[in-house]
Amino acid sequence: MHIVVCIKQVPDSAQIRVHPVTNTIMRQGVPAIVNPYDLFSLEEALRLKDRFGGRVTVLTMGPPQAEAALRKCVSFGADEAILVTDRAFAGADTLATSYALAAAIRKIGENEAVDLVFCGKQTIDGDTAQVGPGIAKRLELQLLTYVSQVDDLDLAQRAIRVQRRAEGGVQVLQTTLPCLITMLEGTNEMRFASMDNMFRAARAEVRVWNREQAGIEDVARIGLKGSPTVVSKVFAPKAKEQKAEMIETESDQPRDIALTVVGKLFTQHAKLRGGLAKKLA
Amino acid sequence: MSEASAPARKPAKGKYELDERLKAYQGVWVFVEHEQGEVHPVSWELLGEGRKLADTLGVELCGVVLGAPGLRTRRFCDEAFFHGADACYLVEDPVLANYRNEPFTKGLTELVNTYQPEILLLGATTQGRDLAGSVATTLQTGLTADCTELRIDPDNRSLAASRPTFGGSLLCTILTLNYRPQMATVRPRVMAMPDRDAARSGRIIEHALHLLETDIVTKVLDYIPDARQDKPQLPFADVIVAGGRGMKKPENFQLIRDLAAVLGGEVGASRPVVQAGWVELDRQVGQSGKTVRPKLYIAAGISGAVQHRVGMEGSDVIIAINTDPNAPIFDFATYGIVGNAMTILPALTEVFRQELALAKIAV
Ligand SMILES: Cc1cc2nc3c(=O)[nH]c(=O)nc-3n(C[C@H](O)[C@H](O)[C@H](O)COP(=O)(O)OP(=O)(O)OC[C@H]3O[C@@H](n4cnc5c(N)ncnc54)[C@H](O)[C@@H]3O)c2cc1C
Ligand SMILES: Nc1ncnc2c1ncn2[C@@H]1O[C@H](COP(=O)(O)O)[C@@H](O)[C@H]1O
Repeated sequence: MHIVVCIKQVPDSAQIRVHPVTNTIMRQGVPAIVNPYDLFSLEEALRLKDRFGGRVTVLTMGPPQAEAALRKCVSFGADEAILVTDRAFAGADTLATSYALAAAIRKIGENEAVDLVFCGKQTIDGDTAQVGPGIAKRLELQLLTYVSQVDDLDLAQRAIRVQRRAEGGVQVLQTTLPCLITMLEGTNEMRFASMDNMFRAARAEVRVWNREQAGIEDVARIGLKGSPTVVSKVFAPKAKEQKAEMIETESDQPRDIALTVVGKLFTQHAKLRGGLAKKLA
Repeated sequence: MSEASAPARKPAKGKYELDERLKAYQGVWVFVEHEQGEVHPVSWELLGEGRKLADTLGVELCGVVLGAPGLRTRRFCDEAFFHGADACYLVEDPVLANYRNEPFTKGLTELVNTYQPEILLLGATTQGRDLAGSVATTLQTGLTADCTELRIDPDNRSLAASRPTFGGSLLCTILTLNYRPQMATVRPRVMAMPDRDAARSGRIIEHALHLLETDIVTKVLDYIPDARQDKPQLPFADVIVAGGRGMKKPENFQLIRDLAAVLGGEVGASRPVVQAGWVELDRQVGQSGKTVRPKLYIAAGISGAVQHRVGMEGSDVIIAINTDPNAPIFDFATYGIVGNAMTILPALTEVFRQELALAKIAV
């Protein structure tokens, strides 16, 4: 069995700061990590490999530094890593990204057919959850998003059964390989990197493909040119014209403060009082 | 949505001429999402917002309903009219009985290609996101996810969709220039629920899909509904009492629970508190949690970071309790109390209990 896992290197958003005066992003020193959502997919792929045998290839499109993220994945147990990198990809939105990744997966499949593709539920920087479905459509793979559990995989029958999170419950879906899965967060826990795999990761040869090597002919469909959406402006959330009405009381007794604010609330928002009372009655 | 690293492209500002072929695309569509016989409320919220966009453009607002043949599916069209739609595209087909990516993508794509809307809105739910990404790729058009604001750009009549970016600390506006339709998803509770007017009606445009079950690869074997009681329904609560890191210890969250109980409300929390394991994930309010719009939101020991704010600023009334008079939450709360939550919360619980006991007698 051959599984491809698409991962993305992202800035650790918990550490991004915005300059308070200029409103620009302060990127310096922000560490790059593997998109946290992708690790649930990688772990699920590794578990399937543990059970059924086969290989896991990790794939990313990004700048040359993204190699570090791929090595991290190898240290967890991925067999092979491919970095698709080219200046021509700059400025890609999700439509252009899924085009390039789909081409690369097709290329990977020329050597060894791909049975399963995994993507993260979404990225923490793009945050769109669109690239996975996009790749599935382009490769005409069955799409299984928000999967909470892989129940069964039958390689002989080329059948897979999963549980998929829907809004009010869980769907049990049956489909055929090849298919594309995005895992829900929290559904498994990434294993620790073994000593062996850490050594392997340090030495591993990451294959680097440029546009042509990834099998992309149509330059009009990648990068900025292939992206229908454009960012027209970036801005800070508007300050509300009216700030909070601060509650002032004679004493600083909590009870006084509580009486004052509840009094204001129920006179200025009379409907609220009735609504609350009715609900509790 | 362009990647964070993408430079803003030049022609985004000012006027531009739409391709002749694309001028034929007209009207605003809202995908009416349903599951197990119930429409997701986000669809009605989107019709409310879509109404404004359609009126600004001077075009029709249409619902799109795909489902199993029968009265129930047809009723969804009526409900769409009650919530503001002028017309409804309806595809009834047994293969559409349960949501599945393949037939729904085919159905929606075919409708778009046949009737050519300029804007297509979907909920940013597990169903809406699954479908939107597939449809946008099939149609080769732009899609902006998780928008918090939708407007019409006066310069060129295009959809200006705003959403948080860079981990939510900033917002960005995204345009889909020479592609149609312009697609966007919006999370539940971000837009206000429009009034329901049962006197409204509209046109139904039926469309046959000609899909065969045997052609559809993925099968729905079962559906296991969530047990309703044990899941907090935060997005639809009328009252939320939320606590943040300023509550200091998990035990102090009892003060939050006590006040919520007296008000018949739900308990909410900021992200650090959820990450520390004091409160379950379902109760996180904010950009990476739930968006809420209760009638009353009480925030205790929450600083009011943008990522929290985007999830709750649609609340009718916000009461904030914070020891720091300069906490950002006071910039957008309705009432501000500078003080210690540990003493203010019990006092509030007591006063609300008394006041509501009186009000109950009056009801
Ligand atoms: C990508 C990303 C996504 C995020 N998503 C979310 C999200 O969905 N939801 C979310 O909430 N956050 C989110 N965050 C985190 C967010 O940026 C803030 O860090 C977080 O909201 C702060 O939580 P807090 O207000 O509880 O804690 P703090 O910012 O530490 O604030 C604690 C407040 O309590 C006050 N305080 C202290 N003692 C008392 C007392 N005795 N009585 C009253 N007040 C007191 C302090 O003055 C302070 O204002 C996200 C961040 C990132 C980068
Ligand atoms: N540049 C990329 N390289 C590899 N995989 C990607 C890339 N961008 C997105 N993905 C995959 O698509 C998923 C969804 O991304 P997004 O649509 O940006 O939220 C991610 O979790 C990754 O698995």
